[in-house]
Amino acid sequence: MKHLLLAATLSLTASAALACETVTLGDLSVEHGWSKVTIGAGRPGVFYVSISNVGATDDALVGISTPAAGMPMLHETVVKDGVASMPHAMSIPVPAGQSVQLSPGGYHGMLMGLTAALKEGDSFPVTLSFEKAGEVTVNVEVLSLRAEGPDCADAGQ
Amino acid sequence: MRLRHLQIGLWVAAIAAMIIFAGTRWATRSEGVAENSPAFTPVFTLADEEGRIRTSAEFRGKFLLVFFGFTNCPDVCPTTLSDVAQVMDDLGADAEKVQPLFVSIDPERDRRLGLAAYTAAFHPAILGLAGTETETQAAADSFKIFYERENDAASPDGYSMAHSPGLFLIGPDGEWLRQFTYGTPPAEILSDLQTRF
Repeated sequence: MKHLLLAATLSLTASAALACETVTLGDLSVEHGWSKVTIGAGRPGVFYVSISNVGATDDALVGISTPAAGMPMLHETVVKDGVASMPHAMSIPVPAGQSVQLSPGGYHGMLMGLTAALKEGDSFPVTLSFEKAGEVTVNVEVLSLRAEGPDCADAGQ
Repeated sequence: MRLRHLQIGLWVAAIAAMIIFAGTRWATRSEGVAENSPAFTPVFTLADEEGRIRTSAEFRGKFLLVFFGFTNCPDVCPTTLSDVAQVMDDLGADAEKVQPLFVSIDPERDRRLGLAAYTAAFHPAILGLAGTETETQAAADSFKIFYERENDAASPDGYSMAHSPGLFLIGPDGEWLRQFTYGTPPAEILSDLQTRF
């Protein structure tokens, strides 16, 4: 059933502007959800996104879930004293009046246990859980290995 | 009595000197390899994607772009290998003067997952190497880089690898030339290479 759902989701692949959609949840807005092609399904995928908080209350991203992966987790790439490591992030702060990026070389979602390899042009939903605001689902677009992020310049919001 | 004071004084001085010495050693280590570190020639003997033994000596005459990583790494490694792929494309006809190498620091798992498919997905020129644990440690020591297995329940198979994320440039004579720190734009790597041909 899960596979069927995923297949249905992947087949609904929409335009390239999918990652440029903005989804709002109270004072939070979430946009630019994107991922990269994976080489097979045995290696983890990645999830990047932008979150901004226009409210007066601090919030935090505490978890992610998706039908595309059995074990999605939040991690942070840390380069300290010339060594890169990737500790598990229990939560990612989204302070009042600020925005936070999950982006290459920093915070990211790690999608372990992929149900299928991620291919360029695929899309899948990711549900973000916030400490205070609750849950919101965004569409994530799979970009090429060399992509540095979605090109939303002409998305016209 | 005075002699005893002198003795204590000397001991204090000796211990202080040791601490300062250890401190500077540690500080140098933690910076990784500085760009102006004295010339040295890193060596390696590692199996390639087909299991053939490859050595540093056989690449003499070419510049090497060497990255130590692991294929289960979702963020740092794909970013760096994508940058390397971009550099190889942008080199055009000069690409034949440069051999990019991906050295696995997680060789057993990477061999099992398939190294050739991984490197090829970034660029056909990238050669993947995965030796034994001993050979891998020897190569890392020779390049003066650090890696370590870290147990982490929130990672595939319960572990991840901490590692030096730099991209290392080796000259045609096998000498260490410099490192490009993580995140160096491909255009900068390209223009550095072009000044050396």
